[in-house]
Amino acid sequence: MNMKASFDDSVELAIIGAGPAGLAAAITAGELGVKATVFDEGSGPGGQIYRAIEDTGNRPERLALLGEDYAKGGDQVQRFRASGCRYLPGHGVFDIAPDGGLGVNGPDGARWIAARRVIIAPGAMERPVPLPGWTLPGVMGAGAAQTLLKSSGLVPSTPVVLAGSGPLVVLIARQLLAAGARIAAVLDTTPRANFMNAAPLLPSAYVAGNDLRKGLRWLREVKRSGTAWHKGVSRIRIEGDEAVEAISFSAGGRSQRIACRLVLLHEGVIPNVQLSMAAGIEHDFDDTQWCWRPRADAFGRTGVEPILVAGDGAGIGGADLAADAGHLAALAVAADLGRLAAGDLETRSRPILARMRAGRRVRRFLDCLYRPHQEVLAPPDDETMVCRCEEVTAGELRRVAAMGCPGPNQAKAFTRCGMGPCQGRMCGLTAAAVLASAGGRSMAEVGHLRIRPPVKPITVGELAGLAGVGEPPAGAPPMPTGPKDEEDA
Amino acid sequence: MFQRLCEPREPVSFDFEGEMVTAEAGDTVAAALLAHGVGHNRRAVVSGDRRAPHCLIGACFECLVEIDGRPNRQACLTTVRAGMRVRRQDGPAKVKNGGGE
Amino acid sequence: MKADVAVIGGGIHGCSAALNLARRGLKVVVLEKDHVGRHASGANAGGVRTLLRHEAEVPLALASRAIWHDIESELGDDCRYHTVGQLAVAETDAGLDELRARDARMHDLGYSHEELINADELKALVPGIAATVRGGLMAREDGAASPYHTTLAFRRAALATGVDIHEGCRVETLAPAAKGWRVAATGIEVEAGFIVNTAGAWGGHIAGLIGDPVPLSYFLPMMMVTARVEPFLKPVIIGTERPLSFKQMLNGTLVIGGGRPAIGDRDTMTYRPDFAGLKASAETVRDLFPMLGDVPVVRSWAGIEGIFADEIPVIGPSRASSNAVHAFGFCGHGFQLAPIVGRLVAELVMQGKASLPIAAFAVDRFDTTE
Repeated sequence: MNMKASFDDSVELAIIGAGPAGLAAAITAGELGVKATVFDEGSGPGGQIYRAIEDTGNRPERLALLGEDYAKGGDQVQRFRASGCRYLPGHGVFDIAPDGGLGVNGPDGARWIAARRVIIAPGAMERPVPLPGWTLPGVMGAGAAQTLLKSSGLVPSTPVVLAGSGPLVVLIARQLLAAGARIAAVLDTTPRANFMNAAPLLPSAYVAGNDLRKGLRWLREVKRSGTAWHKGVSRIRIEGDEAVEAISFSAGGRSQRIACRLVLLHEGVIPNVQLSMAAGIEHDFDDTQWCWRPRADAFGRTGVEPILVAGDGAGIGGADLAADAGHLAALAVAADLGRLAAGDLETRSRPILARMRAGRRVRRFLDCLYRPHQEVLAPPDDETMVCRCEEVTAGELRRVAAMGCPGPNQAKAFTRCGMGPCQGRMCGLTAAAVLASAGGRSMAEVGHLRIRPPVKPITVGELAGLAGVGEPPAGAPPMPTGPKDEEDA
Repeated sequence: MFQRLCEPREPVSFDFEGEMVTAEAGDTVAAALLAHGVGHNRRAVVSGDRRAPHCLIGACFECLVEIDGRPNRQACLTTVRAGMRVRRQDGPAKVKNGGGE
Repeated sequence: MKADVAVIGGGIHGCSAALNLARRGLKVVVLEKDHVGRHASGANAGGVRTLLRHEAEVPLALASRAIWHDIESELGDDCRYHTVGQLAVAETDAGLDELRARDARMHDLGYSHEELINADELKALVPGIAATVRGGLMAREDGAASPYHTTLAFRRAALATGVDIHEGCRVETLAPAAKGWRVAATGIEVEAGFIVNTAGAWGGHIAGLIGDPVPLSYFLPMMMVTARVEPFLKPVIIGTERPLSFKQMLNGTLVIGGGRPAIGDRDTMTYRPDFAGLKASAETVRDLFPMLGDVPVVRSWAGIEGIFADEIPVIGPSRASSNAVHAFGFCGHGFQLAPIVGRLVAELVMQGKASLPIAAFAVDRFDTTE
């Protein structure tokens, strides 16, 4: 099979992802003469936050609804297009090796590529919200509904129940209302205790940026619109036979039930860590953001020399922090490759680092205010589906925990939790939380699901046609020249 | 469940389970199916329960469909193309039986 | 802590040995440095195979096969075992000649468990296989099981028989003591009359401590698994010209293995896949089963196997000590042998001899004068 040679097998800087961090890294790389190739699973630049921005630029009806924070992505993308980087949409990365090798799958087939430096900027995904009934058709992420608006101009045509917690809930409620959708109710699951815990962080966060003031304005708008807003919501159950029919919940000491056909769930976002884990980077459990994060310094340098991480994929911070992180990572790469003197690196990075410190004050407040309720992390009802792909419930995980299963990797072998196509993206954190809680251990002790490449599915045919790898020895399994044990005698 | 802000400016038609679906150029298959009112695109592999797109960004793998004979395609990561043949993925992937080429 | 036997290494062979010893009334302690089934036992492809074994292994494999056929009686668990047969496929005439020669040799030795089949019967047995196959060699009474379930079934049965299993216990030193051995491991000390070395890829190190140096090496055989596919394949398919071990599990997924190594380190227990090897395995599958081209691979993994250059394990008594027995270094094909080897180890400990021929597996068969 002839692979169309669409690029060399080796690149100077590979950037994975074209969201704010990837875009910024490419722009900075271009300014400093570093040749960057950007691999993007999506069909156009912008990642998730600026999804379809190039197309939407021509669609005033969508642009008006999505607001200025989205629109400003248009400038970033234009600068990205002018940066001189090579941009490859529709190319997913299925593996990264510690030497900077990348396995890439695209329209022309799969290829192994060598890169001198790699910046992983894969962004975030919505935190899975396991509840009874969450697998029914008609339940989606709130961000998913926003994606439909951005990329296809779709708006819910049936009254929506929006359930969850986090800055995006307010934003999406506002966008839905502006788009003419009806919101049957907002079920705010923010635990009451969070307001107390977050209050001390509020003053410095309020001063640090415009975001909070904006968020409060939106909140007032939504409430003024008459939308039912229930606070302190818990015990959510989604009901229906073949699709969503109703949602029941507890709030203010009362149980309530709302008939509906579309439920949007949101409990914040978490980093996509599959690639950073595949690369062998150490990860730590972040107890504040309640997620795994790659261990990295201020520039995104990890313990694996050719590989840096930037943006929400390294820890949730939002678009502005992600862009700054992308800048810094590209500066670090330029310095590594001799395109930037150490003194210049220092000079250029100082203002960015200062800006990021301010941004983090806002983030700390938001993290504290919107820390998910424990029942979102480790669902109490045994019937709740944890692994959607292989249909493993919380109850089954608790059963294997009782049998002595210490963590998600062993639970996987017993229950198949994490063995389906999503490779643990939707269930990994929840499984670890259920097992940790059942065993009275911490998330760090329990550990995370071991990531096993390919981190994106690749077909037998695509793998058979993989270009850019050498031939393994032909014939019988090679007799390895592994270390021998005689010396231990 | 979902409607368009405006009619497709650049319509693209494809086949879903024998029915013609009109999408907008640039739509993902998942968005097009949702706009068309398709309630579910697959059945879960163990229980056979109906499933529909959930995350819309390629993480959840609920949107799996068969496209032009190829199973296990993520509808939310695939852009519509005129004349595509899309089928529900009911359980495990089917393989064409019988001898090889 | 005192025991009759300390079993070092809690994989499937360790648990099998412990179970068999406990069934004969001995007090057994298993010392496992990670957790049961962490390495080779939990990560192999689950083939229950007599087909194409080294001649020395054949009598053991046939005896083990009888136990597998009623594994539920042996362990109280069906281990997801099914007798689906194993089938080596020849893609070329030269490959078929090899299989024919093997078939003749097996008959000369008096074995009839392997059977030549022609291309037509092969295609009838394996729908979807490439039309160009030349024929095959089949062991109809072979099968496949779940490695993890089997290993844990051995563990459960051992525990139920009174075996003490200590996980997270790495053996540090072995010292001769009055009544056998003093074993110092993480957080524990055991005085045992006998030691059984079932330490797998680390068995060479333990053998060294016992006084039997061996040239054990290791490799990391890689496997990959696909998304679920509608059931179409019964026998396990073995490659002849190119390495392949290919099966469809009961849940419909396809497990593709075949001896291509991952890149890794035994002692840090870290590894990553080698995509050149995965590619070669995928090519083999695609060539043999053209209709599987669009099936997604969802995960790869590897085990850590101890291997010897002559491709057979060490099974037998220690030469340096009269109180130690070895069963390790199964070169990637120890899974099927676990039921019988556990019995043989128990025989060696209790009576000093085994009821099946094991001279070929002697610990001192290597020329260690290098």
